[in-house]
Amino acid sequence: MSIRIGDKPYADRIKDGIGNDFMRKAVSSAQGRFRTGRLKAAEELGDWEDWRTLGEEIRHHTMENLDYYLHQLSEQVEKRGGTVFFAQDASEANAYIQEVARKKQAKKVVKSKSMVTEEIGLNKALEESGCEVVESDLGEWILQLDEDPPSHIVTPALHKNKAQIRETFANKKGYTQTDDPFELAAFAREQLREDFLNADIGITGCNFAVAESGTATLVTNEGNARMVSTLPDTQITVMGMERIVPTWEELEVLVSLLTRAAVGQKLTSYITSLTGTRLDNEVDGPEDFHLVIVDNGRSKIIGTEFQSALHCIRCAACINACPVYRHVGGHSYGSIYPGPIGAVLTPLLDGYEDHKELPYASTLCAACTEACPVKIPLHEHLIRHREIIVEQEHMTTKSEEILMKGFAKWASTPAAYQLSTKMARTALSPWTKGGHIEKGPGPLKGWTAERDFPAPAKKSFRKWYQERQKRRED
Amino acid sequence: MVVHNRERFLDQLAERLNRPRRTQVDAPVYSVQPQDRVFHGATQDELVHILEEQCKVIHTDVIKTTSGELADSIRQVMDTYKVNRLVSAGGPRFDSSGLIDSYDDMRRDGYLVHVWEEEKGQENVTFAEKAGAGIVFSDITLAESGTVTLFNDRFNGRSISLLPETFIAIIPKSTLVPRMTQAARLIHEQEQKGVPVSSCVSFISGPSNSADIEMNLIVGVHGPVKAAYIVVDDL
Repeated sequence: MSIRIGDKPYADRIKDGIGNDFMRKAVSSAQGRFRTGRLKAAEELGDWEDWRTLGEEIRHHTMENLDYYLHQLSEQVEKRGGTVFFAQDASEANAYIQEVARKKQAKKVVKSKSMVTEEIGLNKALEESGCEVVESDLGEWILQLDEDPPSHIVTPALHKNKAQIRETFANKKGYTQTDDPFELAAFAREQLREDFLNADIGITGCNFAVAESGTATLVTNEGNARMVSTLPDTQITVMGMERIVPTWEELEVLVSLLTRAAVGQKLTSYITSLTGTRLDNEVDGPEDFHLVIVDNGRSKIIGTEFQSALHCIRCAACINACPVYRHVGGHSYGSIYPGPIGAVLTPLLDGYEDHKELPYASTLCAACTEACPVKIPLHEHLIRHREIIVEQEHMTTKSEEILMKGFAKWASTPAAYQLSTKMARTALSPWTKGGHIEKGPGPLKGWTAERDFPAPAKKSFRKWYQERQKRRED
Repeated sequence: MVVHNRERFLDQLAERLNRPRRTQVDAPVYSVQPQDRVFHGATQDELVHILEEQCKVIHTDVIKTTSGELADSIRQVMDTYKVNRLVSAGGPRFDSSGLIDSYDDMRRDGYLVHVWEEEKGQENVTFAEKAGAGIVFSDITLAESGTVTLFNDRFNGRSISLLPETFIAIIPKSTLVPRMTQAARLIHEQEQKGVPVSSCVSFISGPSNSADIEMNLIVGVHGPVKAAYIVVDDL
């Protein structure tokens, strides 16, 4: 898997999403819960706008000095017995990790949840070099057994119901119990415990690295990331190059923002800060530690008007606030990063060619921008993407171009505008039934395929207004 | 231990930032500091109350006791959770609080108690995997989030608070601070003094959980299923 998921065209993906009733109900209920949780947590904390300002300032400062902090991080990790690999792209990162696995003669790799390893397609690369890879986050494990991509960056299996999960467990792992979530989770606990104990290598992502001490911090609830970093002798941590803070003081602020914005928790069950290898006198934890820092298109965003997209702390608050995501679900975006941040980030990381529709998967209502705990102006980025797609990339269809040019000319010529508004009602009368149009002609087709279009009013607004003014004067 | 490909990578970043590589950055000054205002000036007793309230949210039992009754409280917790095998962290605090001695009494009464020791190597992990409960001292306790902070080391292996089904934390009242801000600041100040941070700092807030199946909260996934905090009033 890479950043792009599936080969279906955008329109088909959307159709699938809209037609999936269970998913849509699940998403709307999840959005409600996430939103309530976030707002309640913000209110309990108090001064939320100050917190957001602080979050934004920290992210801005860090990005502006990213070369310095990454250097400091790598020095500290080395000092604490770790090896650091800077990877330009997915293939460099994967090749390095394959090489570590080969040297260790690793048979089994156990992973905790990591979006960046999804992005670089690490599982496939490791499987190709003969390793068994086990995802240990409950949601990720379900998806792995079912060979299904994630649809949300915090709760990746949001689109699946418990009956489907029961069936997956039964087919793939011989599960015989009910679809009670507690029983399903207990089964996962029992099955994966063996994997944790037998694994040769543990692989984690990284929520925030701390430059001053060379620490990688993981924000989790299930405890699987602790297993992955406690039991195997070798640990590999993979991080996007922007996932870093200067010191522990900034770490604390961003963790406080992340857990509240993501799930409304004050802190998740586990915030685990790992520095280098275990010490000589320690019994558990890795004796060999590798930190892989991945660029994979991120540096192209640095120094551009989109730089603040790299401020993202992957809380999914924008996804949980988005009315478009609510209706189409995560898979419609065709990217492992869905929702507003996905629509901003995916074209930047993977180009406009395959993702030119994503910036249009937004109503520009700005709910995303308002929800973002580090104040990324998401909807403004989406508008800018649209401008670039039209003006620089020339990716609109010829017919749309002609249509828009015609519209501009027509709308800026008062006589033409007035004439056509007068005629519109008559012109559309063959399609009008009882005040609305159900199957419109030409450009209206796209609209009326999904919903009715109101028939033009008998009287234009200007005309109505003139008459009203006149009545008043009389 | 090596660092691979760094210079090429960072040179490119500096180029994108349109300036030479930075080798010195002054500590930033931020315009706001809301984190210092949370529970500012709260007394230790008030912090205990905040902790207790938060523990209701995170499915964690709180038992209040004194140092003289600590050993009995631990037994009570184990009996309540029907636990017979206990893996305990070791080190100075367990010695000075008399708990190591009290473990002998417990063994005589049929409990299986293992104290984590470097010399026992992998045996520690093997016991922890089979133990019903793991017990540790909290190094710093965060009232707001109901969090115990552990600086894992040779006395306090990571497995103790992770592998057994029940997690027990002894919380000396003096270790309570308002929130993560104070713990992070302490670690930052130590780093600046050249005292390196533990290889693993675990901030633990109650038992493990997940909402990955239809957003239902499931308490107890890979880590402990139950958690109890024993707050010691006079420590």
